Amino acid sequence: MLQNWSVRIGGSALLLLLVLALGAPWLGTVDPTLFDAASRDLRPGAAGEITTLEGDSVKHVFLMGSDSFGRDIYSRVLYGTRVSLVVGLASALVALVFGVVCGLGAGYLRWLDGPVMRVMDGVMAIPAILIAIAVVALWRASLPTVIVAIAIPEIPRVTRLVRSLVLSIREEPYVEAAVALGTPTGKIMFGHILPNTIAPLLVQGTYICAFAILLESILSFLGVGLPPDIPTWGNIMAEGRVQFVAYPHNVFFPGVFLAVTVLAVNILGDGLRDTLDPKMAKRV
Amino acid sequence: MSTLEVQNLTVSLPMGGDRPEAVSGVSFEVQKQEILCLVGESGSGKSVIAQAIMGILPKTLSVTGGKVLLESENLTAAAPSRLRELRGARMAMIFQEPMTALNPVMRCGAQIEEVLECHRTQGSGDRRRRILDLLREVALPDPERIAASYPHQLSGGQRQRIMIAMALALEPALLIADEPTTALDVTTQAQILNLILELQKKHGMGVLFITHDFGVVAEIAHRVAVLREGRLVELGAKLEVLQRPRHDYTRMLIRSVPTLEPHARPADAAAPLVLQTRGLSKTYAGGGWLIRGPGVPAATDVNLELRKGQTLGIVGESGSGKSTVARCIVRLLKPSAGEIRLGDTDLAHMSARALRPLRRRVQIVFQDPYRSLNPRRSVGEALVEGPLNYGVPRAEALQRARRLLALVRLDGDVLDRYPHQFSGGQRQRICIARALAVEPDLLVADEAVSALDVSVQAQVLALLAEIRTRLSLAVLFITHDLRVAAQVCDQVAVMQRGRIVEYGPAREVFLTPRHEYTRALFAAAPGRSFAFGG
Repeated sequence: MLQNWSVRIGGSALLLLLVLALGAPWLGTVDPTLFDAASRDLRPGAAGEITTLEGDSVKHVFLMGSDSFGRDIYSRVLYGTRVSLVVGLASALVALVFGVVCGLGAGYLRWLDGPVMRVMDGVMAIPAILIAIAVVALWRASLPTVIVAIAIPEIPRVTRLVRSLVLSIREEPYVEAAVALGTPTGKIMFGHILPNTIAPLLVQGTYICAFAILLESILSFLGVGLPPDIPTWGNIMAEGRVQFVAYPHNVFFPGVFLAVTVLAVNILGDGLRDTLDPKMAKRV
Repeated sequence: MSTLEVQNLTVSLPMGGDRPEAVSGVSFEVQKQEILCLVGESGSGKSVIAQAIMGILPKTLSVTGGKVLLESENLTAAAPSRLRELRGARMAMIFQEPMTALNPVMRCGAQIEEVLECHRTQGSGDRRRRILDLLREVALPDPERIAASYPHQLSGGQRQRIMIAMALALEPALLIADEPTTALDVTTQAQILNLILELQKKHGMGVLFITHDFGVVAEIAHRVAVLREGRLVELGAKLEVLQRPRHDYTRMLIRSVPTLEPHARPADAAAPLVLQTRGLSKTYAGGGWLIRGPGVPAATDVNLELRKGQTLGIVGESGSGKSTVARCIVRLLKPSAGEIRLGDTDLAHMSARALRPLRRRVQIVFQDPYRSLNPRRSVGEALVEGPLNYGVPRAEALQRARRLLALVRLDGDVLDRYPHQFSGGQRQRICIARALAVEPDLLVADEAVSALDVSVQAQVLALLAEIRTRLSLAVLFITHDLRVAAQVCDQVAVMQRGRIVEYGPAREVFLTPRHEYTRALFAAAPGRSFAFGG
């Protein structure tokens, strides 16, 4: 798997982002909520001052400039990485767990197929962003709410994938042999069928992850995502949008991070697809 | 000048294979008007030779030595464009599975026309006439209708005839047939073999016929070449090779082919009944959303009896309903009507819940050893699954698994290995051990040896016979292969279109068949005039 260049590139890019996210406090950042009226709208690389929570002014180099409140964009972007990665991974996980349960049920238990799939068709008919906005509007905007809001529109896609895999795996002789051996239905579903769906699910999971990161930024940008005091790439861009022409760095840096992250996850997904599905890899 | 001359052909495998070369220094020739049979077990490199001649080797393989001469022209040195010209025009190939060799979204006539278009400049009227002539030549009824049909609308035999028509379109000097009848029923196989013989005589082609089946060899070959692991072990005239094989491997192969002569083991008529079906029927529900369409009957009124320690064979062609009956008896399917009595209990209409404690008593072994074991579970897990389901403690189940592995002649230390580390024959042994782990009364073998090479098949059959006597199991043996049936069955039921047309002791059915379908089936068995297994 590690011999595949897509996996190497995507994986190392993500690893780097993870290091940036985890190591944010030690990478020359300041608290991302700190501001200083004297350091408003600084260009990238400019030196200025920032007021700590205790009220002291300290010197600080604004690597990516500062916004109209005088907050350090570099610190905000790095801390925003944490939010993006958490949202991406958690949404993918939530969507996969629910999708797998629904898909296994619909695929293996005949009587569940119709009802489950019609509900999924219904969810699929509504644009993802609308569902997400509706869910956030229903509850208070917080990290768990946003994760759920992003995961819900992905569940039908996972369900469909799992169901189609189950439909072919359930006809395999080894499943029939398990039936003949008196293995209970639940054990067949989770013990025999589920392990054989893992590879395509992992690939689908990476795509969901990429889309979730993107959707989180979109929601924040639209102002319906996480509250503005939490630094996310979407929030930073939303705030920088007003003076985009004069100070493009407010939008540029979080934008680049967003693009690189989504690209890395997608490349990793392509690589995983090639290595986990030997049939696909041979064709290349 | 011979049609095809293969000199010292060597094809290399990519690094990390089980051997360095797929084909090592193979030399043979095919004369004009000659059928040379290339025989070998799976992995012997016979298909690779065909691909090397046609110049259609997969990218991972390459010809690293030797020459292939087609009518004295060296193909290994020919440019791709020249090869493209020769393919179809001077050499043509037919494949094992005509459904996948034909394009499913193109009409059959258009597919033949494509061959003509690529190689000849002809008016469309001439082409049309030629297509119809070809279809007539391969004895397809109503050529106009067939030319306008899609592959899925035709039967397997008809599709293979289309493939042959395509191959013959440009009157090639060499026809390569790669297991062309393996996917077909016996009666269809006999017709296709006859057709190939007839066309070969008429056109004077050289034919390179690849097969694993010595029965087919006995029917069609002039000369025989035997391959083993990429090397040619024997080459000679048909009778010489079949009757006086010089090489041990050839002898072993020919000895492994079961005879058509039924065995003479006496059956104990007083043994207790294990299985009895009465009026067993299965109709697959028809389509339709609001109103159900008419159902498709797969098995109708099947009455069988099977006693302890005996083997009942169900013999039939594809679509005869033999597998449906087997799957109903194991209750993987719910029968539409009738009774399935296992001892005193009727399984036919039990609910899944009531059935679970009884499932232990009927076990099944499937055809495809590569799909019968869960690739993500170790052998040990597969073997203890059944006993664990019935409350046997894990330690005891493992002990039982080791005993069973010894019974099927595998080492106890394979428990931690995964299915992909085993060969087809070994996997089938594991499947048998898995079925025996829950100590069943009845073992259903659904084409259990059909996917195996003859030598492995002989071993597995011997193993099944031994287990049956040792555990006095009742065995329901489903097969399309009359030779295998003759060797293992005490009783035989012949099925056609979902019904049993003949049922009785194996000796009677084989030696004095009464039903005309049974007779047709026996007449079609390849190599019946030839006594194998001696």
